[in-house]
Amino acid sequence: MKCQQCNKTATFHITELTGGKPQELHLCEEHARQYLTQSEEEPAVTPSLAGVLAHQLAVGQTAEELAKLDQRSCPVCGITFYEFRNQGRLGCPYDYVCFKSELEPLIVNIHGETEHVGKKPPRYAEGTEHRTQLIRLRREMKEAIDEENYERASQLRDEIRTTEEAAPDQK
Amino acid sequence: MDLNELVRTSGEWLRGSGPESDIVISSRIRLARNLAEFPFISRASQSDRSQIEAVLRDRILQIQESGELEYVNVNELKVIDRQFLVERQLISREHAESEGARGVAIDRHEQVSLMINEEDHLRIQVMHSGLDLPNAWEQIDRIDTLIAQQVTFAYHPRLGFLTACPTNVGTGVRVSVMLHLPALVITRQIDKVFRSLQKISLAVRGLYGEGSQAMGDFYQISNQITLGKSETDLVKQVGDIVPVLIDYERRARDFLVRESHENLHDKVSRAYGILRTAQTISSEETMHLLSSVRMGVNLGLISDLQIPTLNELFIHTQPAHLQKLRGVELDTADRNIERARYLRHHLNKEDGNNSGSGKN
Repeated sequence: MKCQQCNKTATFHITELTGGKPQELHLCEEHARQYLTQSEEEPAVTPSLAGVLAHQLAVGQTAEELAKLDQRSCPVCGITFYEFRNQGRLGCPYDYVCFKSELEPLIVNIHGETEHVGKKPPRYAEGTEHRTQLIRLRREMKEAIDEENYERASQLRDEIRTTEEAAPDQK
Repeated sequence: MDLNELVRTSGEWLRGSGPESDIVISSRIRLARNLAEFPFISRASQSDRSQIEAVLRDRILQIQESGELEYVNVNELKVIDRQFLVERQLISREHAESEGARGVAIDRHEQVSLMINEEDHLRIQVMHSGLDLPNAWEQIDRIDTLIAQQVTFAYHPRLGFLTACPTNVGTGVRVSVMLHLPALVITRQIDKVFRSLQKISLAVRGLYGEGSQAMGDFYQISNQITLGKSETDLVKQVGDIVPVLIDYERRARDFLVRESHENLHDKVSRAYGILRTAQTISSEETMHLLSSVRMGVNLGLISDLQIPTLNELFIHTQPAHLQKLRGVELDTADRNIERARYLRHHLNKEDGNNSGSGKN
């Protein structure tokens, strides 16, 4: 059998299944190579986090709203939404709660789902609140020390101790 | 752990055994976990990082799994030793290149590695030679449960395990299989295969993970989605596609043997020839040529070489391995000369040391 594009012997026999009914192709090595590489021009569709975010934020939001959203910060770790948008990494577990309405569509976009099915850790229910507070208290203590406000820092240190005792399994 | 003890072996992922090991190099699963009472790494102070490291190190070393775990303080390692661990796939490039308190616990078989303070507080990884996902899952599931009994992980009743990047939220699991696909590359079908994988939410990466080039025709296939499917479903999703890819690769190899045997034999023989005679050679060229030779051995075109020997050459000719084997630090030009010398020595029978596999 001859190649459909030239007079060489067809050594590639391709059945194309995409697009309607199956199509038979008989090509020589050179033309098969061309055929197989030509359809590769559409860009790969790996959704990058930045891309998804940019797209999502561009929809239905004015610059003003966006600027406002960017300034919102997490009361626990202090990260602003702008910082998250820039680096693609969240600051603490509580971000999933305080940026819930912004993150939800992003999560749907990435995973197509919003509910975890699968492994659960043996314990998580008790003491979540205490652990979240510990993140906030440690940050505030560091800030107090940086500002040389040692009175406030020592108050916070005591508060951290009390909280740690209320969530006893990790020191 | 004495890294110098590891230098002469090739580690688990290039052991060259296990099911389908002519095409499937290794099966790897990792879990992303964070401690509930600390901020994620991007907002962690130096003191947070040190505390996270101390807590996790302490708890991890209490669990005994697959032989003894040994702890390596990555922050104190020399650059070349960090690079060495990256080449062995025991830590990620990101982990090697970041700063601050961090470390990794590794078991003696190099199947288990637990990275502390990578992108997440804890990244558990289990790697098995060949196609062996269900066993790898069973092992990592057991380790994760043991650790979860000791610490409290950040977990949300609806979203599952909380991770620094929303792309990992839920199960936090990344299931990946490393494949050697030279025939699909030669027949130029590889991009087509990858585009169809992306359509079913599977990601394709090169040898050393995110953003790395597909050196030596090695490709990692992994799940993109981590939320809304159970861990075992995700393991199955990746596991189910592998036989299809193996079949494509075998068919492409058959095709090459049948339709362009001379060209193939020529390509393989030339690659072998260059590796045995070159006087200076880069890491990239070495990988590229070793890939051809590896396929040649699998197809019976080269009969005086064994796959484990070849696998060992893949790892021993990487920059950090080469320097550690030689015992001195070398610049790029000197490394290329040393690499060529090492290859000649291990691939030429005339040189006396003909086993080439440096078993000791």
